Amino acid sequence: MDRIPILKMGPFLLVTIQVDMHDRLALMLQDDLTSRIADTGAKGVLIDISALEMVDSFIGRMIANIAGMARVLDAQTVVTGMQPAVAITLVELGLSLPGVRTALDVERGMALLRSFQDQPDEAAPPPRVDEGAGAGPDE
Amino acid sequence: MATSRPTFLATVLQENGAAVLDAWMREQADAPTLRPDLISEAELRQQSSELLQLLGAAARSGDPVSGVGWDPVREFLSSLSVSRTAMGFTAVETATFIFSLKQPIFEQLRAVVPDGKRLVDELWIATTTIDALGLHTTSVALEARERLILRQQEDMLELSTPVVNLWDGILALPMIGTLDSARTQVVMESLLQRIVETGAEVAIIDITGVPTVDTLVAQHLIKTVTAARLMGADCIISGIRPQIAATIVHLGVDLSNVATKATLADAFRLALRRSGHSLGRTAPRKDA
Repeated sequence: MDRIPILKMGPFLLVTIQVDMHDRLALMLQDDLTSRIADTGAKGVLIDISALEMVDSFIGRMIANIAGMARVLDAQTVVTGMQPAVAITLVELGLSLPGVRTALDVERGMALLRSFQDQPDEAAPPPRVDEGAGAGPDE
Repeated sequence: MATSRPTFLATVLQENGAAVLDAWMREQADAPTLRPDLISEAELRQQSSELLQLLGAAARSGDPVSGVGWDPVREFLSSLSVSRTAMGFTAVETATFIFSLKQPIFEQLRAVVPDGKRLVDELWIATTTIDALGLHTTSVALEARERLILRQQEDMLELSTPVVNLWDGILALPMIGTLDSARTQVVMESLLQRIVETGAEVAIIDITGVPTVDTLVAQHLIKTVTAARLMGADCIISGIRPQIAATIVHLGVDLSNVATKATLADAFRLALRRSGHSLGRTAPRKDA
């Protein structure tokens, strides 16, 4: 039985689902991915589902679960390339994947992950303007 | 072909056709549904006499009204109904045109049929025949009307869901008219499809043209926004009029997860800022 490969790219893990998901495959992916995140200490996970044409409620829940588990393991999760039909199905099933970041394609998903990666550094010394100094620079 | 029984209807139409036609024309001229503004008397007379001839031939065939023998009559009536509807006749007026044939035929039958019992039978045959033909014109008119409505509905569905590319990576969806489930489905699908095609990161849903927002419409909007978010695109809802804002709050609809703006311009400005564009004026305002 084939598995869904999990590729390591720097601090991120990359999962591309290129086959029709069935229940056992999804369960295996969930186990593999969580253990890989724990092993590598990855800071971000990108799950590309652009080749996924249809989902049922189980697969929809698995996607939500995998993303949720990755987040608990301190890895930001980005789901990319969701097809319109899949998005509509998930919404109709009431699975709106709260807390999961999404992007249109892998490239933008990677950019999003990198921006998370950069954020702690930027946020560490916040250029704290005095609260009473005046209106913010933005608008 | 084994003719069951020669009806007097056939005999009357064959032998006294001219008298029936004259009486029928008088009947039509007196009827309140006569429309001299839409059809000339000569044309009406020509149609009436053609119909009488077809009726006579069909009655002689001995078939029941639903049979093959009456096909020419039905075809004639179908085209008559369609052309009259196009001319501006109502379905009632077209049906009355057929029903007004009863009186002249009854008169002729009364003169021809020998005994009372037979007369009742003959009147029954004649009246069911004419009723069936009159109803046929009405059903043809209704079918034509229904086809028209169906086509217009489809047209409206197509017309009312344009997805506009406002800027590089910014889509706009100006919604006009009442939102129901079928329309929202089409709107959602076309928006998501365009997001895939264009790779747009921001979509503005403008509901200026939506007259009312109830819980169902709000639900549909939230679903659309959520689906777009799942695909990686942000949605902004714009064009919320004060009354609609009040309705949304009164209904307890939670739009806190969705960016909302009062006007499309505001939403566009926000979309530009989110996608990293900045706007500035290079020349002073003319009236300043």
